[in-house]
Amino acid sequence: MADIKAMLFERRLIYFLIFLSVLIPLFMEPPKTVRVTPEVEVVYDRIDSLKPGEIVMLACEYDPSMSAEMSPMTIAVLRHCYRKNLRILATGLTSNGVSLIESELKQVAEEFGKVYGVDYVYLGYKPYPGIVIMAMGEDFRNPFPNDYYNTPVDELPMMKGVKNYQNVALVLTVNSTSGIDYWITYGQGRYKFPLAAAATAVMAPNYYNYLQSGQLFGLIGGLRGAAEYEQLIDTPGSATRGMFVQSVTHMVIVGLILVGNGIFVYGRLRKRS
Amino acid sequence: MEQHIVFTAAALVTFAIFSFLYKDNPFYKFAEHLVVGVSAGYWIVILYNTSLVPKLIEPLQRFFGGRSTSLLDPLVIIPAILGILMFTRFVPKIAWISRIPISYILGIGSGAAIPLVLQTFVIQQIYPTMAMFLPGGAVTWWDWVTNILIFAGVFCGLAYFYFSARHEGALGGVSKAGIWILMIGFGASFGYTVMSRVSLLYGRMDFLVNAWARPLLGALFGG
Amino acid sequence: MQRELPRIITLVTGLFLAIQYFIPHRYSEQFYETALDWLIIIGIFSIALGVASLVNHQRQKIKRREEGFRFSYVLLAGLLFMCLTGFITGSGTDSLFYRWGYVGILSPITSTMFALLAFYIASAAFRAFRARTVIATILLVSAVIVMMGRVPLGERLIPGIAHASDWLLNVPNMAAKRAIAIGLGLGGSATALKVVLGIEAPHLR
Repeated sequence: MADIKAMLFERRLIYFLIFLSVLIPLFMEPPKTVRVTPEVEVVYDRIDSLKPGEIVMLACEYDPSMSAEMSPMTIAVLRHCYRKNLRILATGLTSNGVSLIESELKQVAEEFGKVYGVDYVYLGYKPYPGIVIMAMGEDFRNPFPNDYYNTPVDELPMMKGVKNYQNVALVLTVNSTSGIDYWITYGQGRYKFPLAAAATAVMAPNYYNYLQSGQLFGLIGGLRGAAEYEQLIDTPGSATRGMFVQSVTHMVIVGLILVGNGIFVYGRLRKRS
Repeated sequence: MEQHIVFTAAALVTFAIFSFLYKDNPFYKFAEHLVVGVSAGYWIVILYNTSLVPKLIEPLQRFFGGRSTSLLDPLVIIPAILGILMFTRFVPKIAWISRIPISYILGIGSGAAIPLVLQTFVIQQIYPTMAMFLPGGAVTWWDWVTNILIFAGVFCGLAYFYFSARHEGALGGVSKAGIWILMIGFGASFGYTVMSRVSLLYGRMDFLVNAWARPLLGALFGG
Repeated sequence: MQRELPRIITLVTGLFLAIQYFIPHRYSEQFYETALDWLIIIGIFSIALGVASLVNHQRQKIKRREEGFRFSYVLLAGLLFMCLTGFITGSGTDSLFYRWGYVGILSPITSTMFALLAFYIASAAFRAFRARTVIATILLVSAVIVMMGRVPLGERLIPGIAHASDWLLNVPNMAAKRAIAIGLGLGGSATALKVVLGIEAPHLR
């Protein structure tokens, strides 16, 4: 009984430590610079090299549960694209994320005075992302005869002459699901377009092999990747602010691991002696 | 004003979920059930507006209204019937009929996967592992070290997954090196998982402090 | 009939999709597009089936007065609220559906549920992440290098850790994930082939 109480106390103490390590840095002024990694820089460079009017496809597949990590990426990339006068074709293939993506598209478009249907189009949601990705490879109109607002795609000025992936400069999938695998397999694998991924930090290490093989040309990983992109476009946002919180909390967790191992080694030594 | 009320509701359900850290309680259960219901309702509305209307209702309206220009419009009735057959699951006597649409889904999914999965996960992954040793694959001696390490890592990792022979002798040594390589990969994943979870917690705290509490206190006390 | 018809459908559709990849003819592409289109329509019903199952389950719970059945009313009320607001006020970002249902309930709850994992992972790191064996030590060292090397404070405090974490991700981690991907690819395509040929039929069990 005493052991259980001690364990519960220890657990709650750790929770409290984590709570403080996230809360306190929120009230402090964070450093504004992060080191930019090549896998993020290459996405920036590729988008930066596009000509005004070219279309960037943003395949957003995340919902509010992951928005703290994913939304800063989408917003930073959108800002970069609009600054370069690129046009955006967006999809939202995660059922719970459809409205979130709509609100982000609207927010950044308003910031830059962009017009729906001319500068950006939101196709919205259809079930079975793998199948939708393949169907879009033939014609965007197959899975999406209408856009998210139920306007026929053919009536949107931006979509004139835009048939499939061949008519977009690149595809960036901002993805917190296994959808990246679908994009690699059923999208890039079949239709051979330039594909980059923006993934949650949990997933990012799983895609370095596709980066090296060239199946992905760039990779933005987690809040850290978003902070790097914010730095590249010189517009610090929530990801840059979050990096300070991240630093402090990582220190605390590494400290906890060291203390835990210290106790473990001490216990072993005492047993031996 | 409405924003403050909505955000206060959001803050309250946030606290209800956080309360689980202390122990399971009715507030947590309330929020948990509420979100399942809200999600399901959200799906229904989104699915109806974004999928059912343009993919099924409109083609049928065009066909029956004589405005159809495509032969495919009336044909949507076939997948619609297949879709409805799924609901036979609820009637035990004819539940087997629901296997028909499922077998279509499985057939299409598996058929598409056979060539593409093999190509993207196997061939396109093996090629760059070997191509590093072609002329021009490495420039400096460090490139050579890296390339050899990658090749050895992939080879040993695969050996670990080879279960058709006992992991003894040479295979045992290679698979042992394989598990070390895999552990480095899992360690990196763990490090990144910590990063991801902390980001999400930061997102919630940022909401509570900067989106909810500060503006609300400002509105209440004019700060 | 009950087993053979589904097997035949899987075989025909599966073989068609697999072969079509190698025959990019106009007619085969037309079939391919139609097959995918139909699948999307079936998908709509499969999600509806999920929702129907959920409602049915809650109804049973209430009927049998199972433990916590009152929370089923909360679930159904949430569902009803979203359907009513969604169909009456629309689903745009200026609707009641979005402002109350999405921003006020769905977003905060789902994101907080995932945020809880930060606490659990910290607790697990303290209590279970021990250097007991060589393998566990490799895992631990790799995790610590990545955790320190990918945050600005760690990069500043420990010189060289940033490059170490970059190297670790790009070389050994990459090799490990490639080995897993190749294994998955071989296993995945073999399983897909077994499904098409009817050797593996999870839906017929």
